[in-house]
Amino acid sequence: MTGSSESGHGEERVLLAHGGGGELMHQLIRDHIVPPINNERLAALTDGAMLPNPQGALVFTTDSYVVTPLEFPGGDIGRLAVAGTVNDLAVMGATPLALSLALILEEGLPLEVLDRVMVSIGATAAEVGVAVVTGDTKVIERRHLEAEGNPLVANGLFINTTGVGRLRPAVSLDVGRIEPGDAVLVNGPIAEHGLAIMSLRNGLEFESVVRSDAAPLNSLVAVLLDTTADVKFLRDATRGGLAEVLADISETRGVSIQIDEHQIPITPATRHAAEMLGLDPLTVANEGKVVCVVSDESVSMALAALRSHPLGRHAACIGNVTATQPPLVELRTRVGGRRVVPRPYGEELPRIC
Amino acid sequence: MTGEIPTLLVELEALCERIGRRAQFMEVCGTHTVSVFRNGIRPILPENLRLVSGPGCPVCVTAQRHIDAALDIAGRSGVMVATYGDMLRVPGRSGSLETLRAAGARVRVVNSARAALQLAREHPDCDVVFLAVGFETTAPATAAIVLEAERDGVDNLSILMCHKLVVPAMLMLLETRDPGRPGLDGFLCPGHVSVIIGANAYEPIVERHAKPCVVAGFEADQILTGLVHLARQVAQDRATLENVYSAVVSAEGNTVAQKLVDRVFTVVDTVWRQLGTIPQSGHELAPPYRRFDAVQRFELMIGEDEDHPKCRCGDVIQGIVEPWECTLCGSRCTPRSPVGPCMVSSEGTCAAWYKYGRNLPGYSACAEKETGS
Repeated sequence: MTGSSESGHGEERVLLAHGGGGELMHQLIRDHIVPPINNERLAALTDGAMLPNPQGALVFTTDSYVVTPLEFPGGDIGRLAVAGTVNDLAVMGATPLALSLALILEEGLPLEVLDRVMVSIGATAAEVGVAVVTGDTKVIERRHLEAEGNPLVANGLFINTTGVGRLRPAVSLDVGRIEPGDAVLVNGPIAEHGLAIMSLRNGLEFESVVRSDAAPLNSLVAVLLDTTADVKFLRDATRGGLAEVLADISETRGVSIQIDEHQIPITPATRHAAEMLGLDPLTVANEGKVVCVVSDESVSMALAALRSHPLGRHAACIGNVTATQPPLVELRTRVGGRRVVPRPYGEELPRIC
Repeated sequence: MTGEIPTLLVELEALCERIGRRAQFMEVCGTHTVSVFRNGIRPILPENLRLVSGPGCPVCVTAQRHIDAALDIAGRSGVMVATYGDMLRVPGRSGSLETLRAAGARVRVVNSARAALQLAREHPDCDVVFLAVGFETTAPATAAIVLEAERDGVDNLSILMCHKLVVPAMLMLLETRDPGRPGLDGFLCPGHVSVIIGANAYEPIVERHAKPCVVAGFEADQILTGLVHLARQVAQDRATLENVYSAVVSAEGNTVAQKLVDRVFTVVDTVWRQLGTIPQSGHELAPPYRRFDAVQRFELMIGEDEDHPKCRCGDVIQGIVEPWECTLCGSRCTPRSPVGPCMVSSEGTCAAWYKYGRNLPGYSACAEKETGS
């Protein structure tokens, strides 16, 4: 071992020794990890970052990212790792202050993949306006079994990000404030992230590629919360899709929710992909969509605010909260019928035929 | 070929009124069943039109003994089972492929037969067994990988054959007597299967039994168009074969795929879960390809099915009962903890009712059971 990580094929890859804490690790961090995300606090490479003590409450959140494939149309694991945690802060009503970044690299990961992901992390953090101020890197042995049969997971990279944010003053986002009569809004076309990933995994090719919607929503949420609209609750509709968020609201508050299929934004390409795979778009993951519950009087103001932002151009009011018992999420379908929107089971499985 | 939805509904209502009694149409295919629910079609149908969900969900009709055989194989060392995702959770006599996988068995979800062949190529050190389920839609792909494995000498691939044929099951529903079975007035024939077998494949149903058959697509307007055509035939007291999905389905079907299947498989009597043996309703590997047969290669003992005594999946897929009339439905049997296959599959009738139909009349009893449990 000479500090070089050349594999037999001439492609540079992560070695187990990169995780050993010595020169090789130092080199990996110095050359590959820090530069794309560098800032004054991170550059010190101390054991932790000092943050200024802000006025008011802090919001603290963490999330881990294990997506395969690592790169997909519309994003990659790095963009997800920044946007996902930032979105969790944003929907809590917090302005992001700082992020941590923990990488778990699998032996054999091509360094050029790591480099692209790091550049993406840097770019997304810059888009948000937040710095990665501390981090950690570990290398694990290659997991032959897990990679079996799936070239898309041949080499792994897992990311954990933790975010700290400052709660905006005078924000009162609480599922407990939701009541019958409130309106449910979403900022744009649904189901794009999940279908981008699943189309790729299933080797499906459509006339137009479904691209992930992965995006940080902090500035969109800020635009909404800067208005005087009575925003009662925000939740980013990630795994489990719109259905999961609505099921949570319905169950927690004991209310019903009626949504209108023809009001729910979805692109024809996404609809087509969902049909091909036999999936209900309502249950498919998003990574750049926020469900907003606002008072009935605030609908037009909230919609105008969302639509003024590039990530909310196709925002729509998709339904409303009702007092109907027992609590149920119900969809008024395009054809004028209705059906229950169930909480998804878990892993979405494409149908056989 | 399809019309506007309000127009279709008005016409359907008028036709059903003209029929003057309850009309019962079977949607044979699980994809139709789910589309009907997802589009909220049931609540807007005329009151005297009953849609009966048929035996067209491949997961639901795969015999338990074949699931058990797959579990047996998955439990052995040096073996990897490749399965469509839908089969993961189907309960065998004990456990499912999903629980075995969690316990360390090598079970891989594939989305095509080709992916199973690819697994075999990538893992020459282990025996890859493809759990080949599905109707005529998936059979050609299975046949294709057998030929490819033969050509390339991929000897570590074998097939657990569970392929089924749709038309023999439809004929069985008409030809064997069961007092509980509803008198069917016609069939909404499956779109995907028909792409392969061609619309003409339903001729025996029309000719021998004078039952209208209409091949339809899966969009809401296509389904309603199919129902209008069925109702029109009944109202006019005629029975013909119609294809309102002709943009996709031809009269003859995909003859290349048919030839492929004829070459690699032979048609045999086979067991359908809870329906018993249906004559000439399944595929077996033809003699030249029998060495790819997993049953033979692993000397598997194919036993009997031992379904839960109260499970009524077999009655559900014949329209004898609705899912919510089963005492297990919604209490003992839910998609999270399924007893019968129709609650497992995303295309299963029980799962469709449970997930999407809890707001419909009739299901309330089931919902009460659930909250009471």
